[in-house]
Amino acid sequence: MSTDAAKPVAYRDALNQALREELARDPDVFLLGEDIAGFDGAFKVTRGLLEEFGPERVVDTPITEAGFTGLAIGAAMTGLRPVVEIMTVNFAILAMDQIVNNAAKIHYMFGGQVSVPIVIRMPGGGGHQLSSQHSQTLDSWFAHVPGLKVVCPSTPEDAKGLLKTAIRDDDPVIFIENEGLYGKKGPVGGPDDLIPFGQAVVRRAGTHCTVIAHSRMVWVALQAAEELAAQGIEVEVIDPRTFRPLDLDTLAGSVRRTGHAVIVDEGWPEYGISAGLATHLYEACFDWIDAPIGRVNCADVPMPYAKNLEQAALPQPADVVAAVLANIGRGVS
Amino acid sequence: MTGPSAAEPQDMRDMFRSMLLIRRFEEKASEEYMAGRIGGFLHLAIGEEAAVVGTVSAMRADDPLTSTYREHGQALARGTDPRVVMAELLGRSTGLCGGRGGSMHLMDRSRSFYGGYGIVGGSVPLGLGLAYAIRYRGGDQVSVTMFGDGATNQGVVAECFNMAGLWDLPIVFLILNNQYGMGTSLEHASAEEDLYPRAEAYGIPAWKVDGMDVMAVRGAVAEATRMAREERSPVCVELLAYRYRGHSMSDPDTVRDAEEKERWRLRDPLITFERVLLGEAVMTADDISAMTAEVEEQVEDAATFAEQSPEVPVGELADGVYANPFNDDARGGALMR
Repeated sequence: MSTDAAKPVAYRDALNQALREELARDPDVFLLGEDIAGFDGAFKVTRGLLEEFGPERVVDTPITEAGFTGLAIGAAMTGLRPVVEIMTVNFAILAMDQIVNNAAKIHYMFGGQVSVPIVIRMPGGGGHQLSSQHSQTLDSWFAHVPGLKVVCPSTPEDAKGLLKTAIRDDDPVIFIENEGLYGKKGPVGGPDDLIPFGQAVVRRAGTHCTVIAHSRMVWVALQAAEELAAQGIEVEVIDPRTFRPLDLDTLAGSVRRTGHAVIVDEGWPEYGISAGLATHLYEACFDWIDAPIGRVNCADVPMPYAKNLEQAALPQPADVVAAVLANIGRGVS
Repeated sequence: MTGPSAAEPQDMRDMFRSMLLIRRFEEKASEEYMAGRIGGFLHLAIGEEAAVVGTVSAMRADDPLTSTYREHGQALARGTDPRVVMAELLGRSTGLCGGRGGSMHLMDRSRSFYGGYGIVGGSVPLGLGLAYAIRYRGGDQVSVTMFGDGATNQGVVAECFNMAGLWDLPIVFLILNNQYGMGTSLEHASAEEDLYPRAEAYGIPAWKVDGMDVMAVRGAVAEATRMAREERSPVCVELLAYRYRGHSMSDPDTVRDAEEKERWRLRDPLITFERVLLGEAVMTADDISAMTAEVEEQVEDAATFAEQSPEVPVGELADGVYANPFNDDARGGALMR
């Protein structure tokens, strides 16, 4: 696969490769969701899979999120490996009872008699003027719940490698993509290149401040890092990639070296991913940090439609630059 | 429209024994609860034994079964050892689910009993998924999912009727209509008091039977599973029944009309079935006395076993959150260690 690996692949096609390879590898894997077969998926992630694997394994469902998510959980209890596509995370709210009360609980609550090897894929995020009900980032809702695994890939390579790991994992995996990343191109691994959960990755090395970002915010943070580099400030951008499990050692190790941390999170600021990460870092790095941990979040409002308002609500590179400068400026080093 | 019941005398004796076991087991569980050895909720199915045993007796052993939180009877009828069921109720390490589930969450996968669930209506899609898995693998089992009258007003149950009808999944929806959702009567909760027509609206054959008559239930479920197995059609059966206790042990049952309760008491499924057994000379009064004594001894033994079983070690608190665990953090946290 060395020639293929060299060729940049879009995030959506990287996901498609992972699905195709796992469908071919394991007959227990099947896909279901709204418009994923005949329509190729709302974001075209499942393009061509109906033709290749047939309607028994690539299944169009009615618009019935709680029902088909529960159905997939029930099927997974017998050892099948359903990969559910929920069109966007906003609609997963309809399936939260099934995800939280069933998928996350069944292995523990019944003393380990069955597991639930299901993957629930869905994009989150805003930026397309879809207003309040179609632009949410709810990663923390899932990351809050023991029994779930939560994965948020930011690159095509991670999208493919982490999805393959998710499908082979025996626990329920919430796999949160981002609408703004489907067209993002990059190298991808081959059929046997799995990326393990719980390994953060350094996207850019630096010494002055650690910037922690995931999903689309990685790219926002990297752009900010470029602008800061022009001012002679080198930030270290770290992508946790998974929140359950969380690789705190890599995050804390970087923060202990730089003495500064800024967390960039497309979710809301209250009680969310950035708040949880900040707590972990305060506990792990209290004696090393030179300033309060900075946070850049979506504004604490329902997402507005108007383009200027939406852009003001979402974290921008300039917000990250400002947060880093403020953090370093307040430091004693 | 009940199908062939085809019960041999031995089947009838087994069914009666199963009903007796459930009744005596739950009476004992009630004592354990009053003595403070069972915590949380304890929902008794006393009065509903015919619905439970009639259903299970008509199923094949490999037909998956799902249920609500009122499911001690389902586990016992499926053959799970009363000792480990009682131990689970007492939250002991020898319990069926290692003390993690309790009364509301029994599961015995080795007997294709896929569990009791605590969210009204929430288990129905799981039963549908079990049916989906049967079809996916080309099996000839039938998924039977039991839920109450209250669940029929949950949207997800309508979603399941639709998908079952759309995809012709091998499932039997069993509405155990005990006429109350906690303390609210059916007439106060449902625009239409017949519940099975809701399934008919999705093209699913459906009918209602007397859920206090174990032979009628057995006949109906036999026909329903036959249709699901052979004709590849989902089926819905409504079992009209009555529970003699409150919603759970914490419900003093002061709302329901005393005369109504007395009327249904006269139709006690154990008493009416006993009459049938005696009338058809399947059992003698001595047989019944002997069986009752045997069952009572079994229940006492189960309680003794549970009471003498060790508690679950607290050090095992975080064990089993994940099938593929990533930490040994006793707080059950998300961190890699």
